[in-house]
Amino acid sequence: MRPLLNGILALIQFLYQSVNLAIGQIWANKTRSFLTMLGIIIGVGSVTAVIAALSGLQAKILTQVQSLGTNTIFIWPNRPTTGPKANAPWWEIRFKPEHFDNLLTYCPSVARFGRTAGLGRYTISFRDKSVEQVEVSGTEPAVLQIQHRTVSIGRLISQMDELQARQVCLIDPRLRDKLLLDKECIGQAILIGHHPFIIVGLLEPRPSSIFGGQESENLEVFIPFQTSFRLNRDPWIMAMAESRSAGQSEEALAELRSFLRRTRQVAPGEPDTFNVQSLENELRTFNKIALVVTAVAGGIVGVSLLVGGVGIMNIMLVSVSERTREIGLRKAVGARRVAILAQFLIEALVLCLMGGLLGVGLGQLLTWGIANIPKAELDMAYIPWQAIVLAFLFSGAVGIFFGMFPAIKAARLDPIEALRHE
Amino acid sequence: MSSDVIIRLEAVTRVYKVGVESIRALDGVDLQVRQNEYVAIMGQSGSGKSTLMNILGCLDRATSGRYLLCGQDTTKMSDTQLARIRNKQIGFVFQSFELLGQLNALRNVELPLIYSSNGWFSRKELAMEALARVGLADRVKHKPNQLSGGEKQRVAIARALINKPSILLADEPTGNLDTHTSEEIMALFDRLHQEGQTIIMVTHEMDIARHAKRIIRMRDGRIVSDSSTQHDLSLHGSDGGQ
Repeated sequence: MRPLLNGILALIQFLYQSVNLAIGQIWANKTRSFLTMLGIIIGVGSVTAVIAALSGLQAKILTQVQSLGTNTIFIWPNRPTTGPKANAPWWEIRFKPEHFDNLLTYCPSVARFGRTAGLGRYTISFRDKSVEQVEVSGTEPAVLQIQHRTVSIGRLISQMDELQARQVCLIDPRLRDKLLLDKECIGQAILIGHHPFIIVGLLEPRPSSIFGGQESENLEVFIPFQTSFRLNRDPWIMAMAESRSAGQSEEALAELRSFLRRTRQVAPGEPDTFNVQSLENELRTFNKIALVVTAVAGGIVGVSLLVGGVGIMNIMLVSVSERTREIGLRKAVGARRVAILAQFLIEALVLCLMGGLLGVGLGQLLTWGIANIPKAELDMAYIPWQAIVLAFLFSGAVGIFFGMFPAIKAARLDPIEALRHE
Repeated sequence: MSSDVIIRLEAVTRVYKVGVESIRALDGVDLQVRQNEYVAIMGQSGSGKSTLMNILGCLDRATSGRYLLCGQDTTKMSDTQLARIRNKQIGFVFQSFELLGQLNALRNVELPLIYSSNGWFSRKELAMEALARVGLADRVKHKPNQLSGGEKQRVAIARALINKPSILLADEPTGNLDTHTSEEIMALFDRLHQEGQTIIMVTHEMDIARHAKRIIRMRDGRIVSDSSTQHDLSLHGSDGGQ
C-alpha cells in the first residue's frame, strides 16, 4: 500500500509542479502567451456568443409560445414559388373575407378562429391634436381572445360591434396621452382618417413579441373587423385559429389547409397560395434553423481553434528550443522522457485552457453586449453550461493535439547535446 | 575486488560516427574509483575527459566495455533506469551552474526530488539542509540573477547533494569563477570530501586539480597517468585543505 500511495503522491506532486511551472512560464512571457492564445480566445468567445444568442432567442420564443399556447395557429397569404400563381400579383393572392365562411363547420378540430384586417397607417386626431402614421387594424373578438389581450378600462370589441359594424375602437394608452384625451377616455370620439370612432376600451400593453412585430414600440388601434371595410375596401386579411388542444394541432392544420384550398379554388396538385402554421410547427422550424446555425458556428470555431492550435504548436516549439539547456539539466538530474513530455504537454494544455477561460469571458462580455442591443429580441441571451464545458474540452483537446509534437521533440532531446546548446 | 569500489570501468570504448569517419573518444579505458576518493581528471580538449564524465554520469553509454556503478552493470540499462541512476546516485555540478532562472534557490535545489518518488514529505527540509551545508541558508528565496557566481555554484552543489549521491561529478566547476571565488568553491569541495563524499571533477587547471587526492591525465581517449597528488602537493607547498 505504502509504495502505491507514494507513487500517487509523487504523481500529484509532479502534476502540481508542472502546472505551477507552466503558469510561471506563461506569466514570464505574458505578451507572447497572450498573442498565442488570441486565436483560441476569439474562437471560443465568438462561438459562445453565437450559442448564447441562439439560446436566448430559443428561450424567448419558448416563453412566448407558452404564453400564447402551443395550439395557436396563424394563417396568412403566401405566394407559392412554383405553379401558375408563382408570378401572380399580391392582390390576387390576398385573402377575401368570404374565404373563411363556415370555417368552424368544416374544421372540427378548430375551437375558435378570427380574422384580422391590416388597414394601413392613418392620421388619428382629437380636437386640434393629431398623431400621424398610426397602424390601424380590424379584428374579430376571437383574435383578441386567442392573443389573451385585455383592457385596463372599458371593454374589448364585442360580437355586437361586429354584427352592427359599429364605429368603435380600442386604443393604446400612449395614444390617449398624445392626443390629450381624458384619463377615463371611454366614450370619447376620435377621428381615424375622416371617420369618427368611439373609444370603448384602453388596451393593456403587451410584451414585445417575435411573431407580431414590435407592438410595444408601435401604437395600436383596433376596430371591429366588419367596420374595416369602411376605411379600406381591400385590407390585408390574415387569421388566427386555435385547435381544441395542443395534441390536435396537426389535425387542425390539415383541416384548415384543405378547407382553404377549396374556398380559394386552388386546383389539385398546385401549391398552396397561403400558409397555415402552428406555433409548435414554427418552434420546430426555428429549432432546425438554430441547429444549422450552431453547426456553422461550430465549424467556424473549429477552423479558428485549428489556427489557434498551430499558433500554440509554433510557440511551444520556440519554447522547447529556448529551453534546451533546461531540458538537458532536467534530464541530467533524473527526469525521464515521460516527465519532460508531460511538462511541455501540460504547458500547452494550460496555455489552451487559459485561452478557453479568457474566451468564455469574452463570450460572456459579448453576450451582455448583444443582450443590450435594443429591439434585437436577444435580452434573454445566456451561455448554457454545456457550451462552457464544450469550450474547455475543445481547448484542452487542441492543447494536447498541438502540444504533442513539441513535447515529443523535447522528450527526445539528448541530454549531452541539450546541455551543450547555446 | 574490495566492496568499497564505487566505479569500475572495464575496457570502455566510445566511438562517435561522424559521416563515414568514426572517432574513438574513449579507447579501452579501465578505471576504478573507491568510496570517498577525490579524483581530478585532466587533459586537453579532445582528450576524451568530457566523454568519460558523460559515461560516468550515465548521460552516455559505452560503445563497448562495461561500466559498473556500485556493482550494477549500467551498460544494459534502459533509458528510464539510467534516469533513475542519475537521479539517485549521481550529483552533477556544471561549469555554467545550469540553474533555472525563474525558480528561487530553494526550488532549484528541490528539482531532483520532483523526479524521484521519495522525499515527498520532507522536500523542503532536505533542500534547506542541503543549502545550509553549502553555507547559503540565508539565500533560500533568492533567484539566480540575485546571486553572485560563487553563490550560484553553491546552489548547484546543494542541488547535486540533495539525493545524497554516491558520486559528485563536477565538470570544470570553477571555469566561470574568479580566483578568489574558485578557492572558496574548492574549499567547499574539500570539506565535502572530508565529510565522506566521493568526488570526481574534470579540470584543466593545475591549481584546481591539486585539491584532489588523485589525478588522472588523459590523451587521445586513453588514461596516460594515474597518480596520487602527494607529489604535487609537496611541489606547491600547500596542503590543499583548509
